[in-house]
Amino acid sequence: MKQYDVVVIGAGPAGLAAACEAYQNGAGKILVVERDKEPGGILNQCIHNGFGLHYFKEELTGPEYAGRFIEMLNNTNAELMLDTMVLAVTEDRKISMINPRDGYFTVQAGAVVLAMGCRERTRGAIGIPGTRPAGVFTAGAAQRYVNIEGYMVGKKVVILGSGDIGLIMARRMTLEGAKVAACVELMPYSNGLNRNIVQCLNDYGIPLYLSHTITEIRGKRRVEGVVVSRVDGGGKPVPGTERFFDCDTVLLSVGLIPENELSRSAGIALDPRTKGPVVYENMETSIPGIFASGNVVHVHDLVDFVTAESQRAGAAAADFCRRKEQPGGEPAVAIESGENVGCTVPQHIRPDRIDQYAEVFFRVGRVFSNSEIEVASGGRVLSVFKREHMAPGEMERIVIPKKFLENASGGAVTVSAKEAKEN
Amino acid sequence: MFDVTVIGCGVTGAGIAYELSRCEISVAVVEKQNDIACGTTKANSAIVHAGYDPLPGTKMARLNVEGSKRMEALCRRLSVAYQRVGSMVLAFDGADLKTLRELLRRGNANGVEGLCILTKEQALNMEPGLNPEIAGALYAPTGAIVNPWGLAIAMAQTAVKNGAALYLNSPVRSISDRGGFYRIEAGENALETRYVVNAAGTFADKINDMAAQPFFRILPVRGEYYLLDKCQGGIVRHTIFQPPSKSGKGVLISPTVHGNLIVGPTADPADGPEDTGVTAQGLQKVVKAALRSDTHVNFRESIRNFAGVRAATATDDFIIEASKDAPRFVNAAAIKSPGLSAAPAIGPEVRRILESIGLVCRAKGNFTEYRQPPLFKNMTKAEQAAALSRDPRYGRVICRCETITEGDILQTLRGPVPPVSIDGVKRRCNAGMGRCQGGFCGPRVHEILSRETGIPMENVEQDLTGSRLLTGETKTGGGAE
Repeated sequence: MKQYDVVVIGAGPAGLAAACEAYQNGAGKILVVERDKEPGGILNQCIHNGFGLHYFKEELTGPEYAGRFIEMLNNTNAELMLDTMVLAVTEDRKISMINPRDGYFTVQAGAVVLAMGCRERTRGAIGIPGTRPAGVFTAGAAQRYVNIEGYMVGKKVVILGSGDIGLIMARRMTLEGAKVAACVELMPYSNGLNRNIVQCLNDYGIPLYLSHTITEIRGKRRVEGVVVSRVDGGGKPVPGTERFFDCDTVLLSVGLIPENELSRSAGIALDPRTKGPVVYENMETSIPGIFASGNVVHVHDLVDFVTAESQRAGAAAADFCRRKEQPGGEPAVAIESGENVGCTVPQHIRPDRIDQYAEVFFRVGRVFSNSEIEVASGGRVLSVFKREHMAPGEMERIVIPKKFLENASGGAVTVSAKEAKEN
Repeated sequence: MFDVTVIGCGVTGAGIAYELSRCEISVAVVEKQNDIACGTTKANSAIVHAGYDPLPGTKMARLNVEGSKRMEALCRRLSVAYQRVGSMVLAFDGADLKTLRELLRRGNANGVEGLCILTKEQALNMEPGLNPEIAGALYAPTGAIVNPWGLAIAMAQTAVKNGAALYLNSPVRSISDRGGFYRIEAGENALETRYVVNAAGTFADKINDMAAQPFFRILPVRGEYYLLDKCQGGIVRHTIFQPPSKSGKGVLISPTVHGNLIVGPTADPADGPEDTGVTAQGLQKVVKAALRSDTHVNFRESIRNFAGVRAATATDDFIIEASKDAPRFVNAAAIKSPGLSAAPAIGPEVRRILESIGLVCRAKGNFTEYRQPPLFKNMTKAEQAAALSRDPRYGRVICRCETITEGDILQTLRGPVPPVSIDGVKRRCNAGMGRCQGGFCGPRVHEILSRETGIPMENVEQDLTGSRLLTGETKTGGGAE
């Protein structure tokens, strides 16, 4: 069985950054396994710009952003195995895979980084009533057809959900000559980045219907239209508010789900809220030596943060296989989600393993204007972060100083969000 | 001139064609869609009923039990997925228990083996997730699950391999008796045939009326379903029914042969023979009913909703008989539930009827089954190695949810009835059936299908004719026309 120091599963932005960083941190033999015929992951079909503002301080397209990391990877001794599908990962870090060149084989890894990304929620997951004609696509599948294959998926479009891919596709379809009749969002706020609402809908006069949903898809063989209804506060359609939209295509942008079939098969603990692995500060999962980063852990808005998180995972993976003896057993502080805060990542922090501070990411449960994020422990407020605006569609990042974590009472701190106190 | 023409290639028509293709006769099958198994066959509970429901003495009872007994061996011969998981009918109160005793009586009269009534404790012991409020259950060890479209495709492919002529895209427009033979106009084709078998499913009344006096009407009933992710597939180990009522066998919960959980159906009057839409009310009904059987079913793990239309009629039995007024015309109609269970017996039944009205069926010496090729993931290590050396594309996983390789997809294209659509590929090798519902593999299957068949990318259909996915190429001149 071939041995590697670090095996990275996935050559999207997470895998590429993790592999480069593992190399920088002294990992000797690195293998990156990618299912597709090219590295870059989903960035390859994201031909719009807006990537890299944080990391490179400039605006790149998806393929350009990926390209920079591919080039970095090419300057390492990491082995990139394309067109190869990982079928199983075991607790003791044996990885079985298959490809047309080598058939079925297994390698042994000193450390593993899981970087499989996420998949899109489908029509079946949300149960849209109506017929089942062709012309209902997830936004990402449509993006692949348009940007990679060079084919249009429709002429008159209604978009359900205001996730970023849906918004980007609203603009893309418009630029390719299609008519986007509406973007329909169940929630009273958008789930996408504000800049995408402005640049992809507003700039093209595409109406956004908040608190609305598609209550029926019509059409025999191909979509012929959709019925859109307003929903009440509980998300239930309000009778009498039905409106018919003539369209031949429905694009769904109704959420992304981390792809954790391999994690599950390895026996890694998953968080039911993120649907990704429970991770420590260095992106280590519940199984020592198996790390995870990027959208396989939790769905990000910006690739720049995927990169940062994956660099942490890559460095930690290199560190793990360099050590002869694993420390283990250090105390860990649980990061708990308080009021209005969805799941945090990481969920646990070992203060002994961090330098000065630890980064914590999460989403809030509703839209806030002037607000505060509060970190508390044992009823004592440790620190407060001011925010002018927060929304579920935009991931929040805070840093918690090491000393707060060392002194956390009961081994836990709670992160919560609330309206700012009036001055 | 064909000896026999079968109209309709769902599981009933395919089963009839399969049986007839064993004989030294010429057989044609006409199907209005672009593929086999596109109607009720692809949208049902995928259950092999043990046979305790139908009233003793009916054709339905006899063919259900006979079909159920034949099913396992048939599936083994054709390599179609089948599992004898056993089934339970739950009782929630004394009245239900009475119903179970009636079902037991019927089952015994129908010749169903191994039926028994379980106490609440016995039932919960066998199926711990069930509602602890149940009062007991009828257990049928011969209840089973099967891949319904896989069975139809395997039987149709075997028929074709043994000489049957399959005419796809051929809706029947007219059937005229020319004295001693019929002329059938179907799509672009005109066929001459001595005998006709009507297996047209929800359209069977219309087909009958083209050749014979109208005597039954299909009153289509729509059944809505949930299909849940494989993480729910082990919630129950048996098929769990509720006590039957006037409107049908009620909502069941069952593992599928693919490892998912199927939940449904409703039973509402359909708005026509192809009314396969789902409704918010229908889906809610399914959820509510299912949670009464087992509170653990997690509907958030839904991967697909669908509805099927059952070919119900005013009477409770199948209509499988020679026409009383049209000579050499046999109806295999009103095949509602348990039609799938009965399918292995309906073919031989129709053959007997044809023989009784003069068709001579001598067994073919060189009849061979077309076994469904094994999927790469189900092969032994040695078979996998052989497959890979034969075609390295068995090493390229296209559908990641179901681990279906390019080799598996190419294999479907070499079958006797190759797929012409993306769903046609799915029906033959499961690509796109998983939790992402073809989100990742759809475009790749699309490309392979286009490359291998020569159908231009823009013309590839999702499923039936008219279900094209693409509307043209993107502009090449940066927006300039």
